[in-house]
Amino acid sequence: MRLFLSYIIGLIFGLGIVISGMANPAKVLNFFDVAGTWDPSLAFVMGGALIVTFIGYRIVFRRQEPLLGQTFFLPAPKAIDARLIGGSAVFGIGWGIAGFCPGGALPAIGTGDSRVLMFVGALVAGIFAARFLSRILETRGQPVTA
Amino acid sequence: MTDFTPFQSLFGGSLIGLASVLLMLSMGRIMGATGILAGFLSPASLQDWGWRAAILAGMATGPLAFLIATGSMPAIDVPVSTPMLLVGGFIVGIGVTFGGGCTSGHGVCGNARLSTRSITATITFMIATAITVYIIRHLIGA
Repeated sequence: MRLFLSYIIGLIFGLGIVISGMANPAKVLNFFDVAGTWDPSLAFVMGGALIVTFIGYRIVFRRQEPLLGQTFFLPAPKAIDARLIGGSAVFGIGWGIAGFCPGGALPAIGTGDSRVLMFVGALVAGIFAARFLSRILETRGQPVTA
Repeated sequence: MTDFTPFQSLFGGSLIGLASVLLMLSMGRIMGATGILAGFLSPASLQDWGWRAAILAGMATGPLAFLIATGSMPAIDVPVSTPMLLVGGFIVGIGVTFGGGCTSGHGVCGNARLSTRSITATITFMIATAITVYIIRHLIGA
């Protein structure tokens, strides 16, 4: 039941990503290219996703627990630190270079496009590199959570 | 040039939102691509790996469902070189790990919870992406 439901939720997400244009780097990069070939479509993706999630979450959080679990896994409130801002800035630089973000690329794997697979391979390598880097920072006495 | 597709994008975005709400309702989890992938790569348990693998499999079925519904595969136009894809992908992996999320986790789910961390992260990566695209397209001219 959990697996089937997870699959269906993934499918809805993946369908939403490809319909919206988030899986298409040309469209994503044009959204950010206000000074050039601007395509404002992605504002509508974020708008649609945010409206539905904002309202839906408020209904869901009236419950004490999720339907198939004991607890909501929500990130503990933490301070806004250099790690958050630095990491997000680095993510933005990579997104601007490649045109794919993780949520856009993962569903696009299903097209079998070799360029998607190359991006995802590099993404996974970057995740492991960051964990390695985290451990080095940790041994220097800085708190690490990722 | 790409076509301005407000209605299609709004509809697709609503589906992304629906998936986010359903995952929170059913399993109490944030629908963040970074978090789901990170946990898939190093799961806490077999059960923890299972739902993540199922979601990723569902995501990857998205293009096939699109093909069945419309008769054509979704367009994937990559206007950047292979080295840029690889370097960009690697940098994205580092950034989302340190930043604790990406466009789906911070940008949709976190912002919908009005998390100040997510709002800060989203503003930061949107500005960084726009500056990067400006530099690459208009200053370097790649």
